[in-house]
Amino acid sequence: MTILGVEDVVSGYGSMEVLHGLSLKVEEGQVVCLLGPNGAGKTTLLRTIFGILRPWKGKIYFKGEDISGFPPERLVRMGMAYVPQEYNIFPSLTVQENLEMGAFIREDDIGPRMEEVYELFPDLADRRKSRAGELSGGMRQMLAIGRALMLNPELLLLDEISTGLAPFLVDAIFERIEQLNEQGVTVFLVEQNAPKALQSSDRAYILEGGEKKAEGSAQEIAEDEEIGRLYLGR
Amino acid sequence: MLELTVYGIILGSIIALGAIGITLIAHISRMFDFAYGDKMTAGAYIALLVSTLFSMGGLLQGKVGPFSFNWGLMVAFIPAILITAGLSILFNRWVYEPLRRRGAIPILFAMVSMGIAFALRGLIYILWGADYHFYSPSVRPMIFLPLGIKLRTDEVFIMVVAWALVALIYLFLTRVKMGKALRAVADNPDLARIAGISTERMIVWTEGIAGALAAVGGVLYGIETQLRPEMGWLFLLPLFAAAILGSLGSIRGALVGGLVMGIAQQVSTAWLLPTYKPAVAFIIMVLVLLFRPQGIFGRR
Amino acid sequence: MGIDIGGILSFLASFAIMAAIYAIFSMGLNVQWGYTGLVNFGIAGFFCIGAYTSALVTTPLPTGVLADYVDQAIGLNQPFLVGVLAAAITSGLWAALIGLLTLRLRADYLAISTIGLAETLRLFFNNEPWLANGPEGLVGLPKPLYGLVPPQYYNYLYLAIVLAFLALIYIAIERGIRSPWGRVLRAMREDEVMTSANGKNVFLFKLQSLVVGAMIMGIGGALYAHYSAAVQPSLFTPMFGTFIIWAMLSLGGTGNNKGAILGGFVVWAIWSWSTFLIRNVVPAGFQTRAPYIRYILIGLLLVIIMLRRPKGLIGEERQVSRF
Repeated sequence: MTILGVEDVVSGYGSMEVLHGLSLKVEEGQVVCLLGPNGAGKTTLLRTIFGILRPWKGKIYFKGEDISGFPPERLVRMGMAYVPQEYNIFPSLTVQENLEMGAFIREDDIGPRMEEVYELFPDLADRRKSRAGELSGGMRQMLAIGRALMLNPELLLLDEISTGLAPFLVDAIFERIEQLNEQGVTVFLVEQNAPKALQSSDRAYILEGGEKKAEGSAQEIAEDEEIGRLYLGR
Repeated sequence: MLELTVYGIILGSIIALGAIGITLIAHISRMFDFAYGDKMTAGAYIALLVSTLFSMGGLLQGKVGPFSFNWGLMVAFIPAILITAGLSILFNRWVYEPLRRRGAIPILFAMVSMGIAFALRGLIYILWGADYHFYSPSVRPMIFLPLGIKLRTDEVFIMVVAWALVALIYLFLTRVKMGKALRAVADNPDLARIAGISTERMIVWTEGIAGALAAVGGVLYGIETQLRPEMGWLFLLPLFAAAILGSLGSIRGALVGGLVMGIAQQVSTAWLLPTYKPAVAFIIMVLVLLFRPQGIFGRR
Repeated sequence: MGIDIGGILSFLASFAIMAAIYAIFSMGLNVQWGYTGLVNFGIAGFFCIGAYTSALVTTPLPTGVLADYVDQAIGLNQPFLVGVLAAAITSGLWAALIGLLTLRLRADYLAISTIGLAETLRLFFNNEPWLANGPEGLVGLPKPLYGLVPPQYYNYLYLAIVLAFLALIYIAIERGIRSPWGRVLRAMREDEVMTSANGKNVFLFKLQSLVVGAMIMGIGGALYAHYSAAVQPSLFTPMFGTFIIWAMLSLGGTGNNKGAILGGFVVWAIWSWSTFLIRNVVPAGFQTRAPYIRYILIGLLLVIIMLRRPKGLIGEERQVSRF
């Protein structure tokens, strides 16, 4: 079943059009990655899906419902979560408070869910009372993902969460992503680190200049030499 | 000098309350609220109105403990808080929210808040005139502390109320979910939105809380001195100075900023005319901008 | 019953003098806010500096019996034009000082600092009688070209002088704003980051704009002082000295000099008309409070303009830049 559908979406900032009619699909239960060079429009797409930007044209579907132009508040309630690339934590709040804010819209007891998140990221559990701004880069990314997981999302949007991290941390993050996926979370991730992303993904899309250049199973894309040469800098 | 310092702490407690309000608005509504002083004035006069009504009806005329004012004024705190908070929320809905939707530049908010400030002050002038008013015509009982410090009993009341409120705000911001969400919005509004926290809702909360703080600050200031339509406007400079001194960032900063400003203003009267108090606040603010523009508690 | 044409004309002349002086303030604010986006909430401060500077420069030190009643630290007894020039320079210097402190910070700091300066100056002139006679202020400022026409016609002459200043300032700003300097100012207001990246020193340009605007306000202050021939600290209130000017510029058209002038005349007409109305219509018991209706009026006017017509009546002129 398709959990996320993007159909002929045109979007951008101010008067600058960044996406020129883009279509793609994410099937439930998969890890799908979106690859492409800087300025391809990857982040713009995520922001448009998540309702931070309004699509100028085209439609976005989530679980079969047309969500084009829905605000983030509403999408969060529907089971979508988004981890932006930068500024993805509340620096002056503690680790614990960051997670609480992730579950802001939940009125019931969030304790059990918080323990599950701490189990997934044991390092965070040790720093519950620390201010998030004092964490190291890798821990921040863990916290950012943890925050997004607090609502048990069905679909997780991740924006270049491995950028700038040491290789062993990148491995750790992708391990967590696979682990999450096994628990049933669908993941749509944008990445610069193509080899790593393709390894963990089921499907892949290549984006350049606001247009889709290729799509296929992660394996096909990984093995296609022309794609590698043209878009992934191999 | 010691006595002046004590008076400074009393004045500083009221300034700190206001500075916290200004800080909350600056961080969550993201604007400098130039109407804040006049909201204080409005709170003070609403309490005056209600307590006058009580005295006309002969209700609640008993004195509160050792203080100069009666129970009527104590009860009048409640409508003063509710109406001032309500006004703040209404101004937000009618003026600031439409401006935000239009994506107006930040400084426009300061400008319209100035418009609101003048409209409020005009209304107060028309309703009550330019003359001074007092909550209580009776003498203000004194107490004598060691080291020859004379204190009005009212001033003890002011301190207790101000500090209790500061503590309450602190607990709200650190223990209550809504308070934490306010801090989250102040920290990173975009991420707060992504987490499903509605910024507009948080701004309504902020305006309500800050309006309530303004009302209490105004009534306390009215108890300490007297009521006149310019009282809040003249208070605005010390308020901003305190908030900027405290880096416009944290509650703690605003608190310390308020105390420093109160003490500096009172101690300055040892050499300067008391009317110079707003100027003293301004000079300190200029010095802060000169040497530590990020404020004393600034992190950047 | 004959119509008193002379009376009407003389009323119109005194109205026009004040409106024109306010139009000058409004143009000064237009340089700062309209063209550069700087918020000066302390116009009253520069008004005050201009008025007092010219007063101290153009009057002689009191002598004889007067010296017993008037304290004045400076009294240079110079001609009117020297007073106006000194007013512009002093006002500009204060603006430079404030600008150096606050223009690197976010815009609101300038707003609060200019309020601080205005209030502090008012307190200072009020509380320091040795400088300029405290709350009573200074009187007897010289009227330029007095004696050239019969005294009952002097207002027309002064009107001509004020209008000449208005015209000169108008032409100067219009030239300035079409020059490369003005282009940078406008570009900066639109997009600070871009201009900064273009290698222009944003801070310096803002400072220049603040100072130029303040100099114009200083001239306005001097013109006012010589018209009323008296200055006292109580004139320079936040409403009368600052806020009304904001209403003028916003109503007329931010970023448009013609709008600034129009706003000056329109708002001053509303103001003096309402004074007239209050004096003659409002019942006696309410006379002292009624003038404050204007606070509400002007306050709401500004809020409504900002919400409904942020560009004012005329709106910004499309500037034809000469490259």
